[in-house]
Amino acid sequence: MKKYITKRLLLLIPIMLGASVLSFSILYIAPGDPAELMLERQLQGAPTKEQIDAFKEEHGLNDPIPIQFARWLYKILRGDLGTSLRTEEPVLKEYLNRFPASLVLFLLSQIISITIAIPLGIISAVKHNSKVDHFSRFMAMFGASMPNFWLGLLLILFFAVYLDWLPAFGYGGITHIILPAIALGVSGCASIMRLMRASLLEVLHLDYIRTARAKGLCEKLIIVKHALKNALIPVVTVIGLHISHLISSMVIVEAIFAWPGVGRFLIESIHARDFPVIQGFVLIIAMFFVFANLIVDISYTYLDPRIRYEMERIK
Amino acid sequence: MRLKIVQQLKKDKMAVIGVIIILILAFLAIFAPYLSLYDPMEVNMENRLLTPSEKHPLGTDQLGRDLLSRIVYGTRVSIAAATMATLMIMIFGVTIGAIAGYFGGVVDQAIMRVVDVLLAFPSLILTIAIAGILGPSLMNLIIAMTATGWVGYSRIIRGSVLSVKEKEFIEAARAMGCGNLYIIARHIIPNVISPVIVIATIDMGHTILSITGLSFLGLGAQPPTPEWGAMLNDGKSFMTTAPHLMIFPGLMIMVVVLAFNFLGDGLRDALDPRLRQVMMK
Repeated sequence: MKKYITKRLLLLIPIMLGASVLSFSILYIAPGDPAELMLERQLQGAPTKEQIDAFKEEHGLNDPIPIQFARWLYKILRGDLGTSLRTEEPVLKEYLNRFPASLVLFLLSQIISITIAIPLGIISAVKHNSKVDHFSRFMAMFGASMPNFWLGLLLILFFAVYLDWLPAFGYGGITHIILPAIALGVSGCASIMRLMRASLLEVLHLDYIRTARAKGLCEKLIIVKHALKNALIPVVTVIGLHISHLISSMVIVEAIFAWPGVGRFLIESIHARDFPVIQGFVLIIAMFFVFANLIVDISYTYLDPRIRYEMERIK
Repeated sequence: MRLKIVQQLKKDKMAVIGVIIILILAFLAIFAPYLSLYDPMEVNMENRLLTPSEKHPLGTDQLGRDLLSRIVYGTRVSIAAATMATLMIMIFGVTIGAIAGYFGGVVDQAIMRVVDVLLAFPSLILTIAIAGILGPSLMNLIIAMTATGWVGYSRIIRGSVLSVKEKEFIEAARAMGCGNLYIIARHIIPNVISPVIVIATIDMGHTILSITGLSFLGLGAQPPTPEWGAMLNDGKSFMTTAPHLMIFPGLMIMVVVLAFNFLGDGLRDALDPRLRQVMMK
C-alpha cells in the first residue's frame, strides 16, 4: 500500500511539470505582444515603444523562452505565482482568499448530490421497473440535460424574484449558499443516481446475494449489509470522475450567483486579460484536481480489498 | 454490424424520440430564413421587451428583436458550432491517436505524456482559459475546445490501432509497398473509427452544453449573434420584467441536449459490449 502511494506521488512530478509548462505557455498563445497587453492594462492606454522595452527588460521578457520558463518555475516552487495586474496583490493570496468560499460550495453541492442520488438510486434498483424507478430515471435524464446556468437563473427567478424566500446572489449567511449549491448539485445527482441504480442491479444478481436470500435474511438486511458494500465501489469512482466536471461548472455557477469564489475571480481575470492570475489559477486548480483524484484513487483501494490484493500481487 | 445497431435503436423508444427531435431541429436550422417571421438582427426600439403575443409568439428582447426568429436562427448557430467542434476534435484526436499507435516508440511516448498532462486538467477550465486568452469569439471557442478535447479520442484510437496494426492485412499492405500514411488513412482508420463516431454522438449533448455555457459567460458567440447561451446572458438582466427572454433559450438548450442524450443512451445500450471493450483498453 505504501509502495503504491509512493509510486503515485512520484508519478505526479512529471504531470505537475507538464501542467506548469502548459500554464506558462498560456501567456504566449495570446494574440499580440504579452508585454504590450499587460502594459496597456497597467497604464490604461497605449504604451510607448520605450515603455514596452523597459517593461520587457524589467520582467526579463527578452530572454529566451526556456530561461523565462526556468525562472517562472523557480518562483512557483517558492510559492510566488506573481502579482495580479488588476488588484496588484500576489496571485497566491488572491487564490487563498477565495478558496474557502469555493470549497464550501463544492462540498455542499457534493453533499446534496450524494444524499439525493444514492437513496434514489437504491430505491430505483430495488423497485426495478416500477413507477418510482421510471420516474427517478426520467428525472435523472432531465437533470443531466439541464444546463446548470439555466437552472441557476430559474432558481433565482423562482425563489428569489417570485417567492422572495432566498437572496438571489452574494455571500453571507446560509441562505446565500442554498441556490448555488442546488444549481451545482443537480447535474452530479443525475449521473450518480444512474450509476448507483445500475451497479446495485448488477450486484443483486450475484450468487452471494442469492445465498443470503436462501439463508432467509430479510431483503432490507441483504441490501444494506451485503449488496450496498459492493455496489458503492463504482459509485465512488464516478464521484471522483465528477470532480473535474464540478470544478468546471463552479466557474459558471459562481459567476451567476456572484459567489466570491475562485471561479468567478478566474472569469473576471480572463475578461480583464490579467495573465498572471489566469496562469496561476489554472495551475493551482489543476493541482487541486490531481490531488483530489489521488485521494479518490487511494480511498478506492481501501474500499475494495480485491484491488488491494491485486496490487500487492503485481508488485 | 451497423444494421444491427439501427435495429436495436428502432426498438428503443427514447432513442427514436431523440432522433425525431434532432431531425426537427436540423430542419429548423437549415430552413431558418424561411421559417422565421422577422430578421433576427432587426432592431426595433419601439417594440422592446414585449411579452408573447400574436405578432411576436415568444415576445421581443431588449432591442425589440423578435425572440422566436432569434431562437430559430440560434438553432443554426448552436448546432453548427457543436458539429464543427465535434468534427475538429475527432479529426485531431483520431489523427494524433493513430500516429501514436501506429508508430509507437518515442512518438507514442511523447504523445501519451501530453495526453496525461491534459487529462490532469479539469478540461473546461483549460478551455475557458484558452478561449478567453485567444479573445472571445465562437471560432476561438471551437479552437479552444479542440485543443483540450482531442485527448480522450486519441487514447481510444491509439488502443484500437495497437491491436489492428499487427493484423495480416496491414502486413500485406506493407508488403505491397504502401507508405505509412497511406496505410493509416486507408486501412487503419476505417477499421477503428466506428467507436469514435459513437462516442462523439454520446458526447454531443455535453459539447452543446459547453458551447452554450461558455457563450453564456461571454467567451463564445458575441452579440448580436443569435446564440442561445449569449441570449440567456443578455436576457438575465431583464429577469424581473421580461422572464420570457431567459426561459425560451434555456428551454431550447435543454431540449437539444435531452435529445442527444436520449440518442446517446440508446447507442450506448445498443453497442455496450463492444464499447466497453474499447474503453477498457
